[in-house]
Amino acid sequence: MSGHSEFQPTSAPAKWLERRLPILSLLHGAAVAFPTPKNLNYWWTFGGILMFCLGVQILTGIILAMHFTPHVDMAFSSVEHIMRDVNYGWLIRYIHSNGASMFFIAVYIHMFRGLYYGSYKEPRELIWILGVVIYLLMMAAAFFGYVIVWGQMSFWGATVITNLFGAIPVVGDGLLSLLWGGFSVDNPTLNRFFSLHYLVPFLIAGLVILHIWALHVPGNNNPLGIDVKGPQDTVTFHPYYTVKDTFAVVMFMLFFAFFVFYMPNALGDPDNYIEANRLSTPAHIVPEWYLLPYYAILRSIPDKLFGVGAMGLAIVTLFLIPWLDTSRVRSARFRPLYKQFFWLFVIDAVVLGYIGAKPPEGMYLIIGRLATAYYFFHFYIILPVLGLVETPKPLPESISKSVLDKSAAGKPA
Amino acid sequence: MTNKLQIILGGVFLAAAAIALPLDAAHASEGGELKHVNWSFNGPFGTFDRAQLKRGFQVYREVCSACHSVKFMSYRNLSEAGGPEYTDAETKTIAATNKVMDGPDRDGEMFERPAEPKDRIVKPFPNDNAARAANNGALPPDLSLMTKARHDGPNYVYSILTGYADAPEGVVMADGMNYNHYFPGQQIAMPPPLSDDQVTYEDGAPATLDQMAQDVSAFLTWTAEPKLEDRHKLGLKVVLFLIVFAGLLFASYKRIWKDQH
Amino acid sequence: MTASHAEEPTRRDFLYIATGAMGAVGAGALAWPFIDQLNPDTSVKALASIEVDISSVAEGAAITVTWRGKPVFIRHRTAEEIAAAEAVDLKELRDPQMDKDRVQKPEWLIMVGVCTHLGCVPLGQKGEYGGWFCPCHGSQYDTSGRIRKGPAPQNLAIPDYVFVTDNRVKIG
Repeated sequence: MSGHSEFQPTSAPAKWLERRLPILSLLHGAAVAFPTPKNLNYWWTFGGILMFCLGVQILTGIILAMHFTPHVDMAFSSVEHIMRDVNYGWLIRYIHSNGASMFFIAVYIHMFRGLYYGSYKEPRELIWILGVVIYLLMMAAAFFGYVIVWGQMSFWGATVITNLFGAIPVVGDGLLSLLWGGFSVDNPTLNRFFSLHYLVPFLIAGLVILHIWALHVPGNNNPLGIDVKGPQDTVTFHPYYTVKDTFAVVMFMLFFAFFVFYMPNALGDPDNYIEANRLSTPAHIVPEWYLLPYYAILRSIPDKLFGVGAMGLAIVTLFLIPWLDTSRVRSARFRPLYKQFFWLFVIDAVVLGYIGAKPPEGMYLIIGRLATAYYFFHFYIILPVLGLVETPKPLPESISKSVLDKSAAGKPA
Repeated sequence: MTNKLQIILGGVFLAAAAIALPLDAAHASEGGELKHVNWSFNGPFGTFDRAQLKRGFQVYREVCSACHSVKFMSYRNLSEAGGPEYTDAETKTIAATNKVMDGPDRDGEMFERPAEPKDRIVKPFPNDNAARAANNGALPPDLSLMTKARHDGPNYVYSILTGYADAPEGVVMADGMNYNHYFPGQQIAMPPPLSDDQVTYEDGAPATLDQMAQDVSAFLTWTAEPKLEDRHKLGLKVVLFLIVFAGLLFASYKRIWKDQH
Repeated sequence: MTASHAEEPTRRDFLYIATGAMGAVGAGALAWPFIDQLNPDTSVKALASIEVDISSVAEGAAITVTWRGKPVFIRHRTAEEIAAAEAVDLKELRDPQMDKDRVQKPEWLIMVGVCTHLGCVPLGQKGEYGGWFCPCHGSQYDTSGRIRKGPAPQNLAIPDYVFVTDNRVKIG
């Protein structure tokens, strides 16, 4: 993908293949010789961790699909069949259900890393946009997956989320029947959601390839946010970053394993262990934790159409960030004001998530509205204005110089 | 180097706990604060107490099963590893005391036969409507997943079973409802199911209300999560492996990067 | 890092080999649950035996029951069929087996109705040997279910079974 590979195959089969399909030199250029800034910190390992998460979800998902029955009468009990009868079924299912949460934990860290270090800025706008598309597809995949289990939260979550589309004027009702394939969430809905749940991850995989391809054109951003000046600023991807990313993935696996083996249901809702019942709605309908901030935005506006509109805008805003941020300095390390507003935004996102889990009443409603307002304020007012008024700190000359200074300072004389 | 690794490892577990604990708290039940039992299956090394599961099954069989099903359980589960671990012969005998519908036979007739280990544990009612009709319109829920379908399930079931009391003054009870401190709304359709010495334990343990409530809660924890012991055992191996592997990788990482610092 | 430069090569190689080996062991161990899930699960294994009432099967008649997803032939053989089966010279057989080794009670022939060639279900009382004939590729079995002609390599398989009573047989 980077093109500048010096790779020459040595073995006869490799030469044979290379002449016909230069895939070995392509991979060598992308994953071995690829020049990578030498100063990437651990926050940069989340790209690799996300590839791991996607692989885990696809692998465990294919296996679960071998044992799952997408029918309203059997979906819930086929999941229990997996948990009880299938050899290691409990393990595979718990990896998959917790894997969704792990995937979102990793993607949020990855996104906040991008926001902090300005990774979305010229010339990396398209990488960011592809990333946001991947994130949207992840939300879709997670939602479909949550529904097909056919517990109480699945059913009522599906009902509530699909009803959002009913807010669209004129075509809303027709669109709802189209989505459901009936007059309510029912067997046709379950069947199509299962089909889409199987499809979307492969779309994500395709977009991940584009995301990485686009990344390999300018190369990685780095914690200093300055451009690579020459070979002295980089190391080859292998072995330097393969070993670091592998180490990070294994640490992430430890975190993951902690949930799978010792608190497999902590991130889920107990109501989803009750089979879907169309006659009784649970007392509190809440989406999975990773969708809570949007849910809070939706509920903070007391109008169906505008609530849905605000939630949609909250997501669309992510696409616009490369142009909303007017500063030319990438890394928050050299932007004293932005750094503080970044953390304020992190707090705002967490508050929105917290409010999303609470009933929309009293204090929660007021806080939710303030947090929603701040969300938009951050992107549409603070980001553009900061770039104009902020005085950035002086940028270092080069990555290698900065690394040398740092290690010189760190070592005893 | 080891210090840095320890810090990272510690960070991983702290982060896990930090994420999980507030979520835990966010699910606070609307009933009273639950009572807490020091269950044998708690914690990363927890296992079920076989004798307790057997007693719990006895309580289920002699009391709960009059109204509540455990529809995801089969008799064969009773002899599988990680559960009460009855012998195959005992399981057969237990199963055979129940009748199941089978068929059609060669004449097209359905017929009854004694249950076998492969059969699901027989439900008290053929369907939900029959269950409602026999219970004043209230549906006794299936119990197989009860301890996972409620927040802090084992303690919840235990608290409900021991939480009946006379309604405090001023509380107006709906017709046919019973006061229970731990039930959301405090009004529960199920009459107090357990009282002292309601069963005579086969292992001679004293059948106090508290003991029976604990035993049946443990039993229902097993029906909800029959692979709990497998999970705990495999988890230990996986975590130990990953820690050692992470240590080796960290050392390799440091060695490879040595010339860059 | 505390390693001195002098001892570096071997220690470094050992470290990388140990790390790689550990990774390989982990990947291998991880693969097992993903393979084992393909094996029959416990609910399938629990259905592995069935009991059949054979009181209504008249002499010369047969019933077919399903066991582990396969047909099982239960044939109440006539005296002529038994005599024919017992009279066969073992030298004539591709898969030599005495008739008495294939039955517990001579009048009851119980076998898995799956042709040992490629898994089709043979038709009863057809073919040159008065036994079974497989329509797929023309394998012929005698009155004891032994292969006599055609491509199948072995006799029809005999499942494990016991007579619980004279009229009930438990297969598997």
